[in-house]
Order: sequence, then structure tokens, then C-alpha cells
Amino acid sequence: MTTTVLWVTVLAASLLSFGLKLAGHLIPEHWLATERVQRTSTLVTVALLVSLVVVQTFADGQALVVDARVPALAVAAIALALRAPFILVVVLAAATAAGLRALGWG
Amino acid sequence: MAVATGLYGISFGALSVVAGVSVPQTMALSLLLFSGGSQFALIGVVAAGGSPVAAIATSTLLGVRNTLYGAVVAPLLEVRGWRRLAAAQLTIDESTAVAVGQRERAATRAGFWVTGVGVFVLWNAFTLLGALAGDALGDPRAWGLDAAAGAAFLALVWPRLAARRAQVVAALAVAVTAALIPVVPAGVPVLAAAAVAIVVGVVATPATDDRKEAA
Repeated sequence: MTTTVLWVTVLAASLLSFGLKLAGHLIPEHWLATERVQRTSTLVTVALLVSLVVVQTFADGQALVVDARVPALAVAAIALALRAPFILVVVLAAATAAGLRALGWG
Repeated sequence: MAVATGLYGISFGALSVVAGVSVPQTMALSLLLFSGGSQFALIGVVAAGGSPVAAIATSTLLGVRNTLYGAVVAPLLEVRGWRRLAAAQLTIDESTAVAVGQRERAATRAGFWVTGVGVFVLWNAFTLLGALAGDALGDPRAWGLDAAAGAAFLALVWPRLAARRAQVVAALAVAVTAALIPVVPAGVPVLAAAAVAIVVGVVATPATDDRKEAA
């Protein structure tokens, strides 16, 4: 993306983010209190985040590849299972990938 | 929470700059968009070479939950005018969680504002630190920062995977994303995964309350 396109992207996404937040404050609560709305919102959040994990870990352009990011994600999962804090999870993953690359793999 | 927000902000700032988003643009995201998941998602799609529309759509879909939060906290805060606009901007995971966790109305309001303003200030200060650090790092791959992005998303979704239905949707999202990455432009697989979640959410077996409403 060019700088201008990226600025438009940043500002448009920001405007929409604020619009969504403000909408919640302006519309009657009971409109959103249905179980279906709550459930769908929760599931969309899960699907987006999981999908982003897959893209960030396995995609190289349009190719699916296995490189140093995969063991890094495995280390992150173990750290999360052990209830490590956010930053430790991220640092351990980065260190794993960086270490493997320093050794010449991935 | 302050430490978590600060370190999370550093990660965002560094990853954003590494994704090719400039320092001023990164700051605009933290000041104006101000919703961690959406910000990470936007720079994730940009880093993957996705289109502006895909980046905006992914970020916006992740922000939909803030609408639900707004509807929950608005009746508790009862604010008007510019304070309502400020409250809207500060409506995020953390401020909502602290507000609804209080028993007294006064504590609810104080909890919302203190948490919202506190996270806003820390988030932006540490985004700037991270962005400047990311700028100075050089090759992001040598530091494993590309792997850090996947780990960040995993950490964000981890606490949301407790329910059975969430696990099923997560498995579907993995399958749909992996299947689509080779055949559609970057950014589209993520939106397709969201579409699957919407279908599951709308058609899934309704719980008891839903059935009563339908009848």
C-alpha cells in the first residue's frame, strides 16, 4: 500500500471503530441483548483471531509454508497453557524463531 | 493491568512499524482506533499484503464487540454531550470488564473512567516506545518479530476458547483459512472465517431462552 492509501485505511478503520462504539451507547440496550447477537459476536471474534494466527504463522504471500514461525507458535501455546503473561508469550515466540534462524533454519 | 497494557502496547508499536506502517500512522491507530485486537488485525492484513478493504473490514468486524460493550455500560454511566463521546472512545474490553465487575454505581463509573483513561494513556505511550524501537531494529525476521505476531493473536484468542462452540468455530476457522490462503488474495481468508462464524452463530441450535422467544 502507498502512504496515502495506508492513511486512508487507518483513518477509515478508526472512524468505523468509533462509530461502532458510539452506536452501542446510543441504541437501546435490549436491541443487542438477544442471545443470538451476543453469541454471534463472540464467535466472530474467535474466528477472526484464529484465522489471523493461521495467516501469521503459515502464510508466505499466497503459499502455505512451514518455517521457524511454526515452532515459535508451539512455544507460545505451551506458555499460554502454563498461564504465562502476554508479553512473555510474545517474547518467547520471537526468541524461538530468532534462535532457530540464527542456527540456520526457517 | 498497567504492566500488561504497557507491554502489549510495545508489542503493537514494534509489530506495526515492522509491518510497514509508519510511526505517525501507528500512533493514529492507537489514538483514534483504540481497540487492541482491531489494531493488531489491521496491521496483520497490511503485513500480509492484503487490500485496504480487507484490512478495514477485518478491523471493523473485530470492533463489533465494542458495540455490545457500549450498550452494557451506557445505562450505567448515564452521560451526555462530549462526555458520551469520550465514554464511547474509551469503551473497550478492559474498561467494560472493570465497570461491570463493580457492585456500587459510583464504583462502576469510577472503574470505567479510571480504567479507560489509564489504558488509553499507557497504550499510547507504549505504542510510541514500541514503534520507535521497531524502527531501530532493522530486519524483523532476524528478531523473530513475524512469529511474535502469530503468538500475539493466539494470546488474544486463548481465553475465548473455553466454550465448546468456540472450539468448533476455531477449528472451522483454521480449515477455511488454510484452504483459502493459496487461492484468494491476502486478507480474504480471514473474512471468510468470520463469515463462517456468523453462519454458525445465526443458525446454531438456539439455547432455551431463544426458543421461548421464537415460540
